[in-house]
Amino acid sequence: MTYLDHAATTPMLPEAIAAMTEQLGALGNPSSLHAVGRRARRVVEESREIIAEAFDARPSEVVFTSGGTEADNLAVKGLYWARRAADPRRTRVLAAAVEHHAVLDAVRWLADHEGATAQWLPVDEHGRVRPDTLRAALAAADDVALVTVMWANNEVGTVQPVAELAAIAREHGVPFHTDAVQAAAQLPVAFAASGVQALTLSGHKLGGPLGVGALLLAKGVDPVPVLHGGGQERDVRSGTLDTPAIAGFAAAVQVAVARREEEARRLAGLRDSLVKAVRTAVPDAVLNGDPRDRLPGNAHFSFPGCEGDALLMLLDARDIECSTGSACSAGVSQPSHVLLAMGADPARARGSLRFSLGHTSTEEDVAALADAIGPVVERARRAGITS
Amino acid sequence: MTLRVLAAMSGGVDSAVAAARAAEAGHDVTGVHMALSSNPQSYRTGARGCCTLEDSRDARRAADVIGIPFYVWDLAERFHRDVVEDFVSEYAAGRTPNPCLRCNEKIKFAALLDRALALGFDAVCTGHYARWDGGVLRRGVDAAKDQSYVLAVCTPEQLAHAMFPLGDTTKADIRAEAQRRGLQVADKPDSHDICFIADGDTRRFLAERLGSAPGPIVDQDGNTVGEHEGAYAYTVGQRRGLRIGTPAPDGRPRYVLDVSPVTNTVTVGPREALDVDEIVGERPVWLSEPPAGPLPCQVQLRAHGEVHDCVAETEGDTVRIKLARPARGVAAGQAAVLYDGDRVLGSSTIATTARVAV
Repeated sequence: MTYLDHAATTPMLPEAIAAMTEQLGALGNPSSLHAVGRRARRVVEESREIIAEAFDARPSEVVFTSGGTEADNLAVKGLYWARRAADPRRTRVLAAAVEHHAVLDAVRWLADHEGATAQWLPVDEHGRVRPDTLRAALAAADDVALVTVMWANNEVGTVQPVAELAAIAREHGVPFHTDAVQAAAQLPVAFAASGVQALTLSGHKLGGPLGVGALLLAKGVDPVPVLHGGGQERDVRSGTLDTPAIAGFAAAVQVAVARREEEARRLAGLRDSLVKAVRTAVPDAVLNGDPRDRLPGNAHFSFPGCEGDALLMLLDARDIECSTGSACSAGVSQPSHVLLAMGADPARARGSLRFSLGHTSTEEDVAALADAIGPVVERARRAGITS
Repeated sequence: MTLRVLAAMSGGVDSAVAAARAAEAGHDVTGVHMALSSNPQSYRTGARGCCTLEDSRDARRAADVIGIPFYVWDLAERFHRDVVEDFVSEYAAGRTPNPCLRCNEKIKFAALLDRALALGFDAVCTGHYARWDGGVLRRGVDAAKDQSYVLAVCTPEQLAHAMFPLGDTTKADIRAEAQRRGLQVADKPDSHDICFIADGDTRRFLAERLGSAPGPIVDQDGNTVGEHEGAYAYTVGQRRGLRIGTPAPDGRPRYVLDVSPVTNTVTVGPREALDVDEIVGERPVWLSEPPAGPLPCQVQLRAHGEVHDCVAETEGDTVRIKLARPARGVAAGQAAVLYDGDRVLGSSTIATTARVAV
C-alpha cells in the first residue's frame, strides 16, 4: 500500500495511541466534583496546557470540540450571531472563495437562513487571498461581522498570509477566524502572534485520534454557542469532555510540534522529488497552488485530458491511495471550487489529483507513484473526459 | 480466465448478487454505481427506484460486503440526453418508448461499457435475468423475471463484453443467496416503473415538459367524441382515463386505436379494432444470421408480454412480421423481439402496424 492521502487523515502517532489507550479504561467525567472526576479533569487540563503551549495560546483560549467541522461551525456561526447581536447592522461575512466546506457551507447557511450577506474573497491563480483584496472589501463595507480565511488550503496547499490579513481586519475592528486544520502539523502556527481571534484545529490531521478538535478563541471573543447543554468549555461548547480523545490529541500535538521543523524539511524534500517524478512521467501535468509557499506535504496536479475519478480508480487498483481533493455529493465528484476560484476551467478542475505526504511517508512511496503515474495517465486519457 | 470485470451496481439485490458471483468466479471485480441524476433528490426516493442516494449507499454497502472496490460514475448528462429526452420526444411523436431498453442500449452497454473498456476492463456485469453464452442470448430461466426483451436491442458487439451471472437462477433463489451472502439488500423490494419519474405519474411528467395541447378524440368514422389535453399522453391499447363524454353507440368500452401527433388527434374504437396481424419494425438488430427468406419464429411485443407465432422477413432495412394470430394493442416505439424458443434472434423497433380487416 502506498498511502498518499495524509491530508484526508494521517496515521495516529504511537504516543497518541498510548496516551489515549491509557485513558480509555479510566473512569471519570471531568465535570464531576469527586475524586474520579478530578482525576479526569487533571488529564483534560494538562492536555489543554500542552495544546495551548504548542500553538502560542493560553490554556483558557482552548475550547475542545468534536473536530474541525464543529470548530469551524462554532467560529463562523457563533461569531456571526454574537456580532449581529451586538450590532444588528453587522451581517456581512467575508470568506475566502477557497475555504473548506466546513466554513463555506456554514457561511452559505447563514446567508440562506440567518440574513447574512456572504461575500467571497477572490484569490489569485495560486489560490491566495491578496491583502489588498481584503483591504478593499473592508473599506467598501461597514457592515462586516466576520472575516474567515484558512491558514493553508486543504486541496492545493497554498499558504495564506494570515497574519497580514488578520492585521487588516483588526484595523477595521472585525474579528478574524482561520481554519488551520491542514497547517497545524506542518507550519509554524502561532495563535497569539498571528493576531487572529479564532483558530480551528483537528486531532486526526496531525496524528491524533478522529473525533476531536479545538477552537482557539482569544480572550473576550465569545461566540454564541451552537450546542447548548451543561455549559462546559466557557459555556461556549456544552457536552461531556472526551478525556481519552483529548489526551490522545494533546500527545499528538506535542510530538508533531516538537518534530515540526525537521519533519517539514523532510516532507518538502520528498514532495519535491514526487513533483519531479510526476513531471518526468507526465510532462504536461500542471502543478496547482503556489509553487513555493505551500504545505510541505502537498502536491496537487491537473492532468489534461483525464478524469480525476478515473485516475484515482486506476491508482487504487495499483494500491496507491490518493484523492481528487474535492467534495462529493452522492459520491459524484464536482469540479473543485478551489480550482475554479483559481481560474481553472472545469475540465482542468475535474482532471486533478492531490497527493499528500505525512509522517509515515517514505521514498518508496514516491518511487511507487513514479512507476505508476505514467501508464495510469495514459490509460485515463484513452477513456477521456465524460461529457 | 480471470477477467477485469466492471459490475454495474444499482443498489438492488440482483446486481449485488451478480457482482458477488463474478467475484466468486475468480474475476477481478470493481463495483460501479451509475449516478443518473445530477440532483439525486429529484428522482424517486425510497426503495422503488434505482437512482437515489439511498441506492448509492446500498450499492456501496454491498460492494464492501463482497470485498470489491466501489466507485460512483456520473453518467447523468448522457442519461438525460439519451434516455430522458428520448423518452419525451418519443411520446411527442406519438410512440410509446421503453426507457429501460434505451438505457441498456445507450448507457449500460454504450457509455458505461465504452468507458470501462477504455479504462482497461474486459467486461461489464449486470444483474439482468438473461443468459449470454457463446454469442447466443437466451431468456433467463425464471420466466417471470426474464429480461432478454430489454437486452435484445443491444448489438452483438455490445453484448460481446456483457456478463449476466443471474440468467440460470430464479429470483427467489437470488434473494435466498443474497441472504446467505450477508447482503443487506436481500429483502429490498423490486424496482418498478420508470426510475426518473419520481411519483410514477407519467402523464404529468410529460405534461410538464410538453405542455398542454388540447385536441379532439375521434371515433373510427371521424366523429369527435371527446377532448384531450395532449395526444402524447395516450398509448395505443389504453382504456382508462379517456374521459369521453359521448357514449359509444353499442355502449361498449372504447380503447385508444391511434395517436397522431401531426393532427393532434386520438382515435378510439372497440376492442376488436386493436387487433393487429402485421408489424413493420425498423432499425433491426440481429443476434443471429439475418434471415435470407421468410423465417418462422416467435415475437414478443412488449416487456413481459405475450409471445406470438410469426413469420419474419427482412425488407431493405426493415423487418416485416406476420402474426399467426392477431395481437392486441401493439404500440409503435416498443421493441418487437424475435425468438426461437428461448433464444433471441433479433429485434426491431415497431414503426407501423396493419390491422386485421374487420
